[in-house]
Amino acid sequence: MLLKHTPTEVAERKSLTINPAKTCQPIGAMYAALGIKGCLPHSHGSQGCCSYHRSTLTRHYKEPISAATSSFTEGASVFGGQANLLQAINNIFTVYDPEVIAVHTTCLSETIGDDLKQIAAKAVSEGKVPEGKTIIGAPTPSYVGSHVTGFSNMVKAMAQLADETDKKNGKVNIIPGWVEPSDMEEIKRLASLIGVDITLFPDTSGVLNTPLTGQYKMFPDGGVTVKELKESGQATGTLALGEWCSAEAARWLDAKHKVPCSVLDMPFGLAATDRFIDALRTVAGASIPDSITTERGQLVDLISDMHQYFYGKRVAIFGDPDQVISMCEFLRSIDMYPAYVVTGTPGKKFEKRIKEITADMPFEVKVKAKGDMFLLHQWMKNEPVDLIIGNTYGKYIARDEDTPFLRWGFPILDRQGHQYFPTVGYKGGLRLLEKILDLLLARKDRDAPEETFELVL
Amino acid sequence: MSIKPKMVQWDPTDIKKELLKKYPPKVARKRAKQIMINEATECEAPPEIVANVRTIPGIITMRGCTYAGCKGVIMGPTRDIVNITHGPIGCGFYSWLTRRNQTDPGVDGENYIPYCFSTDMQDQDIIFGGEKKLEAAIQEAYDLFHPKAICIFSTCPVGLIGDDVHAVSRKMKEKFGDCNVFGFSCEGYKGVSQSAGHHIANNQVFTHLVGENKEPKEGKYKINLLGEYNIGGDGFEIDRILKKCGITNIATFSGNSTYDQFASAQHADLSCVMCHRSINYVADMLETKYGIPWIKVNFIGAKSTAKSLRKIAEYFNDPELVKKVNDVIAEEMPEVEAAIEDIKERTAGKTAMLFVGGSRAHHYNDLFAELGMKTISAGYEFGHRDDYEGRQVIPNIKVDADSRNIEELEITPSPDEFKARKTPAELKALEDAGLKFRHYDGLNPDLDKGSIIIDDLNQYEAEKLVELLKPDLFCAGIKEKFSIQKLGIPMKQLHSYDSGGPYAGFKGAINFYQEIDRLVNSKVWSYMKAPWQENPELTATFVWE
Repeated sequence: MLLKHTPTEVAERKSLTINPAKTCQPIGAMYAALGIKGCLPHSHGSQGCCSYHRSTLTRHYKEPISAATSSFTEGASVFGGQANLLQAINNIFTVYDPEVIAVHTTCLSETIGDDLKQIAAKAVSEGKVPEGKTIIGAPTPSYVGSHVTGFSNMVKAMAQLADETDKKNGKVNIIPGWVEPSDMEEIKRLASLIGVDITLFPDTSGVLNTPLTGQYKMFPDGGVTVKELKESGQATGTLALGEWCSAEAARWLDAKHKVPCSVLDMPFGLAATDRFIDALRTVAGASIPDSITTERGQLVDLISDMHQYFYGKRVAIFGDPDQVISMCEFLRSIDMYPAYVVTGTPGKKFEKRIKEITADMPFEVKVKAKGDMFLLHQWMKNEPVDLIIGNTYGKYIARDEDTPFLRWGFPILDRQGHQYFPTVGYKGGLRLLEKILDLLLARKDRDAPEETFELVL
Repeated sequence: MSIKPKMVQWDPTDIKKELLKKYPPKVARKRAKQIMINEATECEAPPEIVANVRTIPGIITMRGCTYAGCKGVIMGPTRDIVNITHGPIGCGFYSWLTRRNQTDPGVDGENYIPYCFSTDMQDQDIIFGGEKKLEAAIQEAYDLFHPKAICIFSTCPVGLIGDDVHAVSRKMKEKFGDCNVFGFSCEGYKGVSQSAGHHIANNQVFTHLVGENKEPKEGKYKINLLGEYNIGGDGFEIDRILKKCGITNIATFSGNSTYDQFASAQHADLSCVMCHRSINYVADMLETKYGIPWIKVNFIGAKSTAKSLRKIAEYFNDPELVKKVNDVIAEEMPEVEAAIEDIKERTAGKTAMLFVGGSRAHHYNDLFAELGMKTISAGYEFGHRDDYEGRQVIPNIKVDADSRNIEELEITPSPDEFKARKTPAELKALEDAGLKFRHYDGLNPDLDKGSIIIDDLNQYEAEKLVELLKPDLFCAGIKEKFSIQKLGIPMKQLHSYDSGGPYAGFKGAINFYQEIDRLVNSKVWSYMKAPWQENPELTATFVWE
């Protein structure tokens, strides 16, 4: 047993987090910043954070993750990190020449109270920012929220680039939230099939799934441009996918530049994708092409073909709130039971939404926001499930409890495919179901006695 | 940046100039002192390298922090201590199972390695202080697990808001009575790299743990293996060999280690230091307080392993052990030699670059030598001058302002436990025979003249070096791996071993030869151009068959 010290009996814990279902803000800001074209993320703190965040993202994507750091020393930690950041800005533009530096903070610079805005202004006034180059910044204190909050904060900083304007350009902003480069590509494909002209931000496709060619570009061709971000205030509206990841930026654009917004769920699964496609159709005033209706029908067909294997199966799921909400809805739509649901990210709304989605189950879901994987495992020990869904850290529980395990979410450190094949949209729904079926049927094949071992399933 | 065909032989001084050319003047001046052309083998006064100095902001360093050096490296691999990170969630999360310290807890043994424990500090903890939460977290850990020990690791904000983790630890230790609780002030901003964290970990383990177990340990030829973290099972392979030789390993610091191993380290008669950088402090303190001499060993590379075993045998000076060691080497080497014979023709003459933490850039040089490969450039993230130039330079090292606050313990001989393991005459005789005590020669003497030695290599310099010198293999870590591979250069991670290993000892050497053979001879590097890119002009029409 790998997790042999986890007792079945659940004792209340108030202070000790064990096996977290979240990590800290700056990594989310770093990921979001990589979705800007020509951008070098910068971590304003001591250098350990930056190394950890780059390593984790690299292990997930198997791609280079470039980011710089202010490399605080003890002196800077006491007297302020302004000199470090000014030096860093100068060095970065001289040596690496990005179009944009996107600065985020850590618990260190937030605790000492460094003022990013003031330091950036000083950098500009001292001529450390070359003509035509951009600096943006987002405060990302690690002791508030989670990596999802950090992502949201940097996306908001991107929206804050929007110029003051009365013009409308007919485009629609889509904020996809923390999804994979493959998912961002899929969202762009769907929008283009419908004929909606979108600005997707952030957009890590073409950045974190680059080819091997013998050339290394620190700044690959993908990403949303600063020009597009500046024009995001001219959009007809904003579709924000995911309350936790995307709503802040969308609401800011609404409040500041009167760009109306709708906050939708992330388009994982049938119903959430339906709502997303319907919203796109409405904003574009266009009808949906048959090809998309066919994709939807194929997903429905697969559900009907394989319903017997989904029906009544109990699932434990952990991850980030926006993703988990849509996934739970998807599981319910194929008559599976999300029995245990945990996110490490705080937010009371989460528990409420999950309870609504699972209200028609014959038993009550166990759900906790700001929970951890230790608790989830304890629940599973008390009454097992048929499937566990979550990031790579779930493999320890899956092995101990001998439970089929779907890797989905962030980070996935031990498998490939997530950066190339989407899980959003109807196509993504097909892929999710293929993976779930593969797990359930492989288990059936493994466990069936020889006399009932079947060729056709 | 793309790789141009190999230029005519570059002069190392030109390479250095090229590396520095793009920097702002202040940065160039500083980096010039951290990049040296190796002449140590022939020059009477070898050039000094500047190391263990602050990182240049914005340069894209490979370095991590003090917390990583303390919790991640030294204390993380210990299986029966509950390690609680006192801080926001990130530090604990990122150091959770990401270093491959393998662990064998046995059937019923305690093993907290797969767990991550954190106080998950929130904004109210920053504002009102986190001591109460820490105290409650320690209590919860104790109630849930009843471990032998609970260790507390401070992160950046802890030092700034003034939480006293040591006072909380003392209080809880007294309260429990049967659980050792102690803390580490390893805030990420201390020092300039992971290195400060090593020192802090060494000090606290020596103060709170080493010597706790007074029961003598059974066994012949008792040693400690210091600075071996069992990455990919290295420690398992070394233990296999030691056992076969009849050598008793009392304590490994700290791969697959237990509380009791640390607590019993004073019973050994010799300390063998693998990673000099991370653990030399404990080695020195064990000698001063208990009279245990230390020697530098290296179990990376088959020849180095044999040499290290012979050094240990020489120290104990027992013909039975000398014979046993020679028998084991004779038994293990044929398989190693057969592997080299098969592989060497495909690797000989190839070139490598090694930029790894604080010791492997040196140790792996031996393995590449066995493969007939040449190290053309090497360096450390956080080595000190003694790791480059040898311990004889220690008296000349000035501790600068950034590292001055790392505590140096004053250790004196223990009045009742100090026991000189060898008489001065015996030590003198061993030294005359070539055994060096309390000494390490460093990386530089083992590199060829003209090799480029770079401290705290950054992303820009890594790319530039690869572009100019076009090595056949580049060794570093996960953050460097994929940018180097995009350039079409095979890249070997020498921190995580790319999920492979073990690479230590005799069997590990064979694993490594095979891995390097695979990497430098993989077909994949020939696929980078599509057929239509190699011949973009259409010169014929398609012939339908």
